Amino acid sequence: MTGLTPSQTVGPFFAYGLTPNGEYQWNDVFTNNLITPDVTGEQIRIEGQVFDGDGAPVPDSMLEIWQADSQGRFADPQDKRALPNAAFKGFGRCGANPKGEFAFDTIKPGQVPGPDGKLQAPHILMAVFARGMLLQLYTRIYFDDEAERNAADPVLALVPADRRDTLIAKRSGNGKVYRFDIRLQGEGETVFFQV
Amino acid sequence: MTLIYPLESTKAYPPRLFPDYKSTVKRSPQKPLILMPHTLSELTGPVYGHETVRPNDNDLTVQHAGEPLGERIIVHGHVQDEDGRGVPNVLVELWQANSCGRYVHVRDQHPAPLDPNFTGAGRALSDSTGYYRFVTIKPGAYPWGNHHNAWRPAHIHFSVFGHSFLSRLVTQMYFPGDPLFEFDPIFNSVPDEKARMRMVSSFDLENTKPEWALCYRFNIVLRGRNATPMENHS
Repeated sequence: MTGLTPSQTVGPFFAYGLTPNGEYQWNDVFTNNLITPDVTGEQIRIEGQVFDGDGAPVPDSMLEIWQADSQGRFADPQDKRALPNAAFKGFGRCGANPKGEFAFDTIKPGQVPGPDGKLQAPHILMAVFARGMLLQLYTRIYFDDEAERNAADPVLALVPADRRDTLIAKRSGNGKVYRFDIRLQGEGETVFFQV
Repeated sequence: MTLIYPLESTKAYPPRLFPDYKSTVKRSPQKPLILMPHTLSELTGPVYGHETVRPNDNDLTVQHAGEPLGERIIVHGHVQDEDGRGVPNVLVELWQANSCGRYVHVRDQHPAPLDPNFTGAGRALSDSTGYYRFVTIKPGAYPWGNHHNAWRPAHIHFSVFGHSFLSRLVTQMYFPGDPLFEFDPIFNSVPDEKARMRMVSSFDLENTKPEWALCYRFNIVLRGRNATPMENHS
């Protein structure tokens, strides 16, 4: 066994290296748009804002998501089931804007197996990084129009009932947009997982 | 709950709340994290090929018209998992201040000069053994507002992907013998001294290039799965 290299904060100045987004002389390898031309499934947008314990926006935060395609397959050879659909990679990264806002354009994931082999409700994994965070926090994005599957989800079942709502993205607007805010601390604190 | 990626080893990580680093106070959750089994979602992760990294992305001294000012260095090492196995074909990203301790980020107001020949961002893909290599310049120390006369020890930020979304690591590489270590709350947020010292690169004379550049070795150890094959859990 070799001890792990400890985590350290991403700090305030990661943008030019990790999320340059046309503002620096450096190219992005990851963006907040996961949609590939050949992807199948329902195209959706997830919008949200990151808040600290005072309710102030967190502009120097970065969000990463990881998800299955619309058939519930991961674009990773470790997923030994059928091949994922299309060129969809399932990974996205977004630096928050000065208001702490972020958005991802993606497709609604299909269902993937849970620990007991039963299907989990559709969900997206999210990791939150920021100045002032010595290591990332992990959360999950579920969908409010999947009430039946959410009710049967083995991971949601581990969360106290009165906090589950923080993990459910709310469909709104033109029907394509889900809202998912992140509260790092305090009233309405988002559920984070020890994984 | 038996987890596929052991949690015990993450004791090497800093706590989320570390009041000496003031920004953690309002940015750390107060409710306990929810322990959960690792599912296929957590155990898989993004895979990127050689198209991700361009030929000179790992040499931060050739990205502009001229050479950056400062002390040219080689930083290399292996990405490994906690069982000591090399982690092949993973993306290693880095970013850093220039030799004067100034970042190109628009919000860095430290009154030290920018270098038109240095952006400070790089990328590499680990090879089949987990080995990676960068050429850059040694970053300078810089002040920050955490407390009176607070200075960050010279460091390079690293972002690494491993076997899974759980292995994801963002860390900082430090340089051996820095006198600022004992005063830096970010460095000292890691409670165990041995773990702390794993963030400090070692001077590598053997791979120092004569008449050209000093070399530092920095091995990066990521979370890994224990012996249980995943197929039994999916």
